[in-house]
Amino acid sequence: MTKKASPNTKSWRNIPLAFLIGGLICTLGQGLTEFYRSQGLPKDEASTWASVSLVFLSALLTGMKVYDNIAKYGGAGTLVPITGFANAVVSPAMEFKSEGFVLGLGAKMFVIAGPVIVYGITAAVIYGLILFFMGAF
Amino acid sequence: MEMLLPYLKAFAVGGAFCALGQVFIDYTKLTPARILVAYVVAGVVLGGLGIYQPIIDFAGAGATVPLTGFGALLAKGTREALGEKGLLGALTGGFTASAAGIAAAIFFGLIAALLFRSGDKS
Amino acid sequence: MAVRKGNTLFLETAPSVISYGAVGSKKESEGPLAAAFDRLWEDSTLGEDTWEKAECRLQKEAIRIALEKGELSPKDLQVIFAGDLLNQCSSSIYGLRELGVPFVGLYGACSTMAESLAMAALFIEGGFGERAAAITSSHFCSAERQFRFPLEYGGQRTPTSQWTVTGSGAAILGRKAAPPYVRAVTIGSIIDMGITDANNMGAAMAPAAADTLRRFFRDSGMAPADFDLIATGDLGQVGSDLLREVMEKEGCPLEGRHNDCGLMIYDRERQQVEAGGSGCGCSASVLCAYLLPALQRGELKNLLFMATGALMSTTAVQQGESIPGIAHLVWLSQEPGGK
Repeated sequence: MTKKASPNTKSWRNIPLAFLIGGLICTLGQGLTEFYRSQGLPKDEASTWASVSLVFLSALLTGMKVYDNIAKYGGAGTLVPITGFANAVVSPAMEFKSEGFVLGLGAKMFVIAGPVIVYGITAAVIYGLILFFMGAF
Repeated sequence: MEMLLPYLKAFAVGGAFCALGQVFIDYTKLTPARILVAYVVAGVVLGGLGIYQPIIDFAGAGATVPLTGFGALLAKGTREALGEKGLLGALTGGFTASAAGIAAAIFFGLIAALLFRSGDKS
Repeated sequence: MAVRKGNTLFLETAPSVISYGAVGSKKESEGPLAAAFDRLWEDSTLGEDTWEKAECRLQKEAIRIALEKGELSPKDLQVIFAGDLLNQCSSSIYGLRELGVPFVGLYGACSTMAESLAMAALFIEGGFGERAAAITSSHFCSAERQFRFPLEYGGQRTPTSQWTVTGSGAAILGRKAAPPYVRAVTIGSIIDMGITDANNMGAAMAPAAADTLRRFFRDSGMAPADFDLIATGDLGQVGSDLLREVMEKEGCPLEGRHNDCGLMIYDRERQQVEAGGSGCGCSASVLCAYLLPALQRGELKNLLFMATGALMSTTAVQQGESIPGIAHLVWLSQEPGGK
């Protein structure tokens, strides 16, 4: 009964919007990569600079109270790209500044994005151990 | 046309990663935080198995900008560090490869928090 | 003294609501009840430097307005029953600390306005004082910070989620031969039907609302048709539909008498609030801005005010617990009770 009364999410609108906005963020990333390559940077470094630039833009847009308004429409399109990771770091830092620079801003900065690092790094360490003990190195 | 091809590929592949994420949000009980964790871990696994690099070669930023790309970067860094430092590389590789992104998020995050204040939603 | 039948206390000495005040902010000023509020702030910080201080300020202003309209001063109050959604009821404590009035802090989540109103009415009925105040508040931003995500975090709201009202309502009860009178009070029980989705609180609260209504109609021998309006607190669209469906199934249809404060305060089509308004401040501000004046003017003769609460703890929900609901009912009327 609860299921029947609860409206479903508007997937017919959400999924194409996520595709469009997420795709545009990646296209911007591609443009930045090409730009840094044209400045003579090697492929890997250009890609890293592009990521850093996107993180910067996301932090700026989050600070200017714009990112959450794009995310209202973008959904996963603003969540999955690295800009979403940056937003998840910047927004609690801004929010919990009122509880102090150390225990507020500093401690709460990774309250949302922390798990990404915890499980990402853990997976990487396990991968390294598997490679090592398989005798690959 | 030749010029636009990399952009189209980045748009299509990056968009597809995001659309898949939206499917998870709308049709499963997975919260956004869990989806991000799943994407990163999936990136490490796909990167480790050597499946992700061809996607990066094809789509460029369309594969590196989504968080799966972050995971693949962790795997790549670990593999390279293992070659250089042996077992210690299993611990240093992930952070070394992702250092720029994480440090940028921390630094710009701190600056943004110092300069701006959160506002009401409308 | 009050007469108890079942779970309902019928008041015989006719305590009445002698004054009230309602305040809100921007979103409320854009809603259909805007004109009824005593004061609305365009800026939801209210000029304070934290959201918590802004919410304290809402309570401070609501009680100040209620006292002013009743030509009273704080020392005319023998007790104040107050509550809010924040940990340790901090908005009530910091908002009211300068009043110097004996204070009882209550927690009933979004049901707190009916809870505090009921306590104040019983306090007067029992003859423990001349005047008692009931006040609650909520603030969208302080609630988001505590229960959900940082304000600038890019998340999507689900269609069943509700929008926390930024507002406060204060009612002062006493003895005055003028409506609205408090006729009866039904204290609700904790009802848990196993809903675990914190974004679907209407569904978690609807069974509690149905339970309290059932008890009240059984104890009073009355029916929905005896009331002009049955106003629930913040069931929203989802919870309201569920409540009507449950009551219909039980052979006690609400026959168009039901409305929900969460649906009255905002225009859902226009204001992007998904399933409707919620929070302690939702039922409190709608009661004090719209319902009490309507009773006083005679537009409403008999009203069942039933604020509903999702007794949710973020810790318990993360540990996999379901969300218990509660609903307290207060019967407000143009006519005094007793003989």
